[in-house]
Amino acid sequence: MDRLDQLESRSVYILREACACIDNLAMLWSLGKDSNTMIRLAQKAFFGRVPFPALHVDTGRKFPEMYAFRKRYAEEWGLNLLVQDCPDIEETDAALPPAARSAARKSLGLKAALAKHEFRGLVVGIRRDEEATRAKERVFSPRGGDGEWQPREQPPEFWDQFAVEPPPGGHIRIHPLLHWTERDIWAYIQREEIPVVDLYFAKDGQRYRSLGDQDITRPVASHARNVAEILEELAATQVGERAGRLMDHEAEDSFERLRVDGYM
Amino acid sequence: MTDSTTSSTANAPLHFVLTGHVDHGKSSLIGRLFHDAGALQEGKFAAMQEMCRRRGVEFQWAFLMDALQAERDQGVTIDSSWIRFRHSEREFILIDAPGHELFIRNMITGADLADAALLVVDAQEGLREQSFRHGFLLHLMGVRQLGVVVNKMDLVGYKQEVFAVLEAQIREYLARLGVEPLAVVPISARNGDMIVAPGENMPWYEGATVLETLHGFRAREAAADLPLRLPIQDVYRHGPKRILVGRIESGQARVGDRLLFSPSNQAATLAAFQRWSESVAAAAVASAGECVGFTLAEKIFIERGELASHEERAPMETDVLRARIFWLSQEPLRPGESYEMRLLGARVLAEVESLEWRVDTATLARSPAEELATNEVGEAILRPRRMLALDDFEDNPPTGRFVLARGKRICGGGTASLQGYADRRGGPIRHSSHITRTPHPVEVAERSRRNGHAPGVLWFTGLSGAGKSTLAFALERRLYDRGFQVFVLDGDNLRHRLNADLRFSPEDRVENIRRAYEVAGLFSRAGMLVITAFISPYASDRERAREAIGAGFREIYIHADLETCAARDPKNLYKKAKAGEIVEFTGVSAPYEAPKQPDLRIDTAEREIEECIATLLAYVEAEFGLQEGGAP
Repeated sequence: MDRLDQLESRSVYILREACACIDNLAMLWSLGKDSNTMIRLAQKAFFGRVPFPALHVDTGRKFPEMYAFRKRYAEEWGLNLLVQDCPDIEETDAALPPAARSAARKSLGLKAALAKHEFRGLVVGIRRDEEATRAKERVFSPRGGDGEWQPREQPPEFWDQFAVEPPPGGHIRIHPLLHWTERDIWAYIQREEIPVVDLYFAKDGQRYRSLGDQDITRPVASHARNVAEILEELAATQVGERAGRLMDHEAEDSFERLRVDGYM
Repeated sequence: MTDSTTSSTANAPLHFVLTGHVDHGKSSLIGRLFHDAGALQEGKFAAMQEMCRRRGVEFQWAFLMDALQAERDQGVTIDSSWIRFRHSEREFILIDAPGHELFIRNMITGADLADAALLVVDAQEGLREQSFRHGFLLHLMGVRQLGVVVNKMDLVGYKQEVFAVLEAQIREYLARLGVEPLAVVPISARNGDMIVAPGENMPWYEGATVLETLHGFRAREAAADLPLRLPIQDVYRHGPKRILVGRIESGQARVGDRLLFSPSNQAATLAAFQRWSESVAAAAVASAGECVGFTLAEKIFIERGELASHEERAPMETDVLRARIFWLSQEPLRPGESYEMRLLGARVLAEVESLEWRVDTATLARSPAEELATNEVGEAILRPRRMLALDDFEDNPPTGRFVLARGKRICGGGTASLQGYADRRGGPIRHSSHITRTPHPVEVAERSRRNGHAPGVLWFTGLSGAGKSTLAFALERRLYDRGFQVFVLDGDNLRHRLNADLRFSPEDRVENIRRAYEVAGLFSRAGMLVITAFISPYASDRERAREAIGAGFREIYIHADLETCAARDPKNLYKKAKAGEIVEFTGVSAPYEAPKQPDLRIDTAEREIEECIATLLAYVEAEFGLQEGGAP
């Protein structure tokens, strides 16, 4: 087994464990490179068919290319697609900085979807290398009724024994990509020929490294026009992946605050 | 390059965990290591300077890993964290583990996937409580590659004598655990001595730097040369296929291999590995570390929790074992208490029969103990309530370790020691390998034609008092009057004779149901329509009944809420259960797993008996009647 095989094997194990232990699962499909990778891993884990709904929490502010992508691949992959709209920005916590407030719409949309469908498990494609609070996450992360993360009270997790029972009224976040890096994702996309939105590839000297809403995501300077060139670029760069995500940089703890409140 | 750096692990990153007593300088070591190895992300150094300025404190490397606001404000690492760096073509994953005793569970979590560990010790303070505990726990968890870093050498004037005394102590302690450290390195995280570069303050030290020590560690490899262990994680239905899935923990499996499933003690042949897509080639062999899906040539009932092996070199089956346990829960572990033992996918209630000793992790002295408190380590004898398949931890770690849980919480971990225990494989299951089945000269279809209906089994399940027996006997009368060959198998009635030797333990309940569905199956093969009335609380038992009986099986959920059932209480059982006279009474002190997709659901709380019977009659006519196109 090479490195990608090992990463894949662990993710498949996690997905199967979630499916075996938790009723009423859904997978968050944000249309980005990580969640497309996650769909492929689920296809492998369950022999071609994703056995739970793919939930897109739609802020309505995604790029048009992303909506076209959603339409095409939901069909091609035979996904049970659920689209959840998000409430207006007025309903978010006014104490948050502007971009974080915009991002918080997604947490509210997610809460609405959880309440509506009564999901007890939510598969989410976050990775430890993205951001320092995500580095402290568990593979199976229990959330209370409000979807809140309690970083001080995380359960022990070892020997592949996970906290698979949701707290009363709450759910479990399952993170099958936690141990992957941005480079691993691109290397796997290359090997498996997983489709991604074109916005990741450079046009006029710029590309998106991470795809959020149009209003709070900025492109980075790049000449990488395809997956191979992205891999070369990543081997050289020292810039963080979420550098283009405005909400991470407004205050020292804005991302932690978003996450404690249920953000991915 | 070492021998172990074979093609399979050449590009595998090395995971190492950094442990040690609180304030011995783990976080500073990380910051310095990253900075000196040139691995800091752009802007990170400036951001940390800003965080320190804002708090009015001296610059601290700890801010690199302590990402939570509470960690930064209180200056203590709460949870473990992962961070990566590359050096000389090798990728390292550093797992920072908290040193405070309140967060031992997070240290354990951090150490879980580590190939190796670095233990940080303060040169001034020497070995302290958590230094010993971490060292001991790492060893117990199976992390066998260790390096020790003696930090803050600058505070002891970089004196060789101070280091020599401490080094001897450290080596002596580890030797008693059976561990030889790869290196004991004197460093100053603050000044950067011996981390990446040797520096000029300790010319007397000629050993490896921290970074060189890291390069000396090897990544863990899945054990392909050990006997096959393939725990069954789940079973998927794909059309007519039943695909068993699991990860090979050790050894290899090949198409055509005879697999033995434990503890159910059934054998079958591996027919094929399942492909996820038509475009990929089917494998003929799979090795340790791989997640596989496969089909069997023979039809046997296997569920999550079974452990597949070859028939030779099979795991041990036992319902008693000795275990080294580390305890994490606030509630102490005590003899006489029961916990849920989780061993891979298997879950079984196990009683702590006795606590043999507790160990003082600093002196390694063993003493008798009444209980194990939080963070304590000891040895206990455990008695699982049913047979478990497992290995001695020393022989095969993944199948020799488990956690103990209560409610939804993991309370501790344990490693199994099976020396001195007999293999209990055997038991009453499937001894009939030399028996041949003789075909019946009368076909099922002939019997159906004579009876005027197809055979089958209406499997009533539901709480005591839900109305199973009442409805079953009323339906029997009505169907008989309509010309059906029908018979009721009732739980209480069968317990008078056939099942008179069984009690209400989980094992006996399973056997009770097994006999019931086997008898029901025989009756239905004789052409009859059988109605069974058993609580049958476990979904897996009903699933087995469906497997054994086949096409004519119908699961019928006789439903009434617990309050209604307890109020009816026709046999006064709920009163007795609540008074504690009956233990393990379904719905009160034992679980009832409601059918997720019953073939028919009858709600008896809201509807009169006659209405329920009418629904059942219509259902039987449609499903089993031969007139009007009812299909067998």
